[in-house]
Amino acid sequence: MSQNEKGGLTRRTLLKGSAITAGFIGTTAVTGFPAVHADEPITLRYLSTATNQSPAIAAKAKEVTGINVEYVTVTTDDVTKRIITQPDSFDLVDSEYASLPNLIPSGNLMGIDAKKVKLVDKLATVMTKGEIGGKKIGDQGTAPHKVFYLEKQRGKTFANEPTEWITLIPTTYNADTLGIRPDLIKRPIESWAELLNPEFKGKAAILNIPSIGIMDAAMVNEAMGLVKYGDKGNMTKEEIDKTIATLIEAKKAGQFRAFWTDFNESVNLMASGETVIQSMWSPAVTAVRLKGIPCTFQPLKEGYRAWASGFGLPKTLKGKKLDAAYEFINWFLSGWAGAYLNRQGYYAAVLETAKENMEPYEWAFWMEGKPAEKDIHGPDGGLLEKAGTVRDGGSYDTRMGAVACWNSTMKENAYMVQKWNEFIAA
Amino acid sequence: MLEDKSRWTPYWQAAPLALVFFVFFLLPLAVTFVVSFWTYTGYSIEPAFVGDNYVTAFDKCFASLPDLCTTFRTYLSTLRFCLLVWLITLVLGFTIAYYLVFEIRSNTVRIVLALLTTIPFWTSNVIRMISWIPLLGRNGLVNQALMGAGIVSEPVDWLLYSPFAVTLSLVHINTVFMIVPILNSMLRIDRSLIEAAYDTGASPWQTIWNVIVPLSKTGIAIGSIFVVTVVMGDFISVGLMGGQQIASAGKVIETQITALQFPIAAANAIVLLAVVLMIVWVMLRLVDIRKEL
Repeated sequence: MSQNEKGGLTRRTLLKGSAITAGFIGTTAVTGFPAVHADEPITLRYLSTATNQSPAIAAKAKEVTGINVEYVTVTTDDVTKRIITQPDSFDLVDSEYASLPNLIPSGNLMGIDAKKVKLVDKLATVMTKGEIGGKKIGDQGTAPHKVFYLEKQRGKTFANEPTEWITLIPTTYNADTLGIRPDLIKRPIESWAELLNPEFKGKAAILNIPSIGIMDAAMVNEAMGLVKYGDKGNMTKEEIDKTIATLIEAKKAGQFRAFWTDFNESVNLMASGETVIQSMWSPAVTAVRLKGIPCTFQPLKEGYRAWASGFGLPKTLKGKKLDAAYEFINWFLSGWAGAYLNRQGYYAAVLETAKENMEPYEWAFWMEGKPAEKDIHGPDGGLLEKAGTVRDGGSYDTRMGAVACWNSTMKENAYMVQKWNEFIAA
Repeated sequence: MLEDKSRWTPYWQAAPLALVFFVFFLLPLAVTFVVSFWTYTGYSIEPAFVGDNYVTAFDKCFASLPDLCTTFRTYLSTLRFCLLVWLITLVLGFTIAYYLVFEIRSNTVRIVLALLTTIPFWTSNVIRMISWIPLLGRNGLVNQALMGAGIVSEPVDWLLYSPFAVTLSLVHINTVFMIVPILNSMLRIDRSLIEAAYDTGASPWQTIWNVIVPLSKTGIAIGSIFVVTVVMGDFISVGLMGGQQIASAGKVIETQITALQFPIAAANAIVLLAVVLMIVWVMLRLVDIRKEL
């Protein structure tokens, strides 16, 4: 559930330009191209967070497929809430894999027919098998490959083996870590344990979204050698108690400057120097850097906390809309959108097609961890990194290969939320 | 016939508002109350009649006394802000209203100044909150001024993300709720009463205490109800200004809703409502608003 309003700063400013150009492209598309769908153009209501939406993608989709994409923008938690409480209010949803243990039993989503997804065999193995180049990566928590397939199309249980019914077709994923201010810390940071290092008393922050905050806290506890977890993404009550106890102790000692819940808050805290080390999301680090303030998305020896989201279909979707949804998904995987997402620092579901749509120097910087040969620009053309810089954490293989756990829904979720409230009140 | 009609007229006149209240206030409230006895899983809520949610809300609260449980601690913290903010807004609100009514002669100036007190409402809550950071932050204006003047050598941390910051922002937002009703009450005070007090030898303080305060009681009570109910339910200011490190009843409910635990959130909402209603009830016992309106 991490990508709450993530798009906020960067996207809003970055995309202004492209939105305008996209508008023009969109217009010509309507008049200039023979419509792919001869009859009434089909509109898909696309429910997701701001992170996964961009006017440029919608415009390009319209141009190529003739499908109108109507974005319904809500926060991560509201995506889950909508699927459960108003399953008829959208035609396509981009949701996090971490919420699936709550979504699938509700029966409001249907399995996606693998046979209708052209590039299904090309989907990144990180998502489908939990491995990179045949090597297993960390799979604690709700790792996508554990919840990737359903027993049957309208099943309420996950399948252990690949089947032809897929829960979500991946759109984006990434590996998160701590953000730091190297100019204020002035020494190397290598471990999650540093978040609670008294050296940073009153200058640390953690995010106040229980399901993610608890995972970051678990990374810290494990790094400090305080708690040994069976599965950080599915803690026992005792493990939750211990994790929260450490947090409460640190809070009482004045370790935290603040907790944050949305993207912009985390940017403000870091940019203003109120904090020097905190839980952070990748585009927030970029946003701080765009202000000319040094900020590093620091790789740590214990690894990353990863997240992933993907397309799901509501159980009531049928007829032309259903066909259009498949067509849109197929277009999305065909490369243009993937390249767009890669240029934002996320990872695309089908890497091969994304690569075809990127310049070699872009691919080298974003995916291979090589120093930028030229200045690196965002999808809209705005300058992101100067030539010579290297992406924090390096290549795709290094970053995704070092994933330690995934965002998750725990069995003891209710208890965890109760304990988290106790931590906030302490 | 005619008499019959006029007897029902007030009811018809009140009907639209009553209907709005029924649909958008009473009905949702009833639903909240009912749901607070339901059970839930991560993805569903099931009709039931169990007190589990209330038990969870007060988990270990009585067993662990004298140590305070989460709920008690949360409410104690909220009540403390409530009392503090109420006192400060009362003193400020009364003083400002007094100044506007009794010190300003020109009606135009009075209206202009009264409008100025609404300035905090010109910007959205979020903008208002974010703009405190450059002022009170570690590298903010206040700290720069203090350090520049040589008063402190290190930046003062407690200006932001602290109980002080929460109180400051709540006072900033809520003072106008106190000013307006008190102003309204004061404007109705017959000036000859004050002259009479003056003529019979009362000192200015005696006049305020024995004439103006009693006659402004209704305004004070209404303003107090506004301030107390807003502060009790606030979680945005407390969250942003307290760096989310300070608990509030509203935030607890929000967290539970986010986690799709609607029944327990409903139970907590009912508890909060009960607490606020008790406070309002006490205030109404002290001042009979209807009698004095």
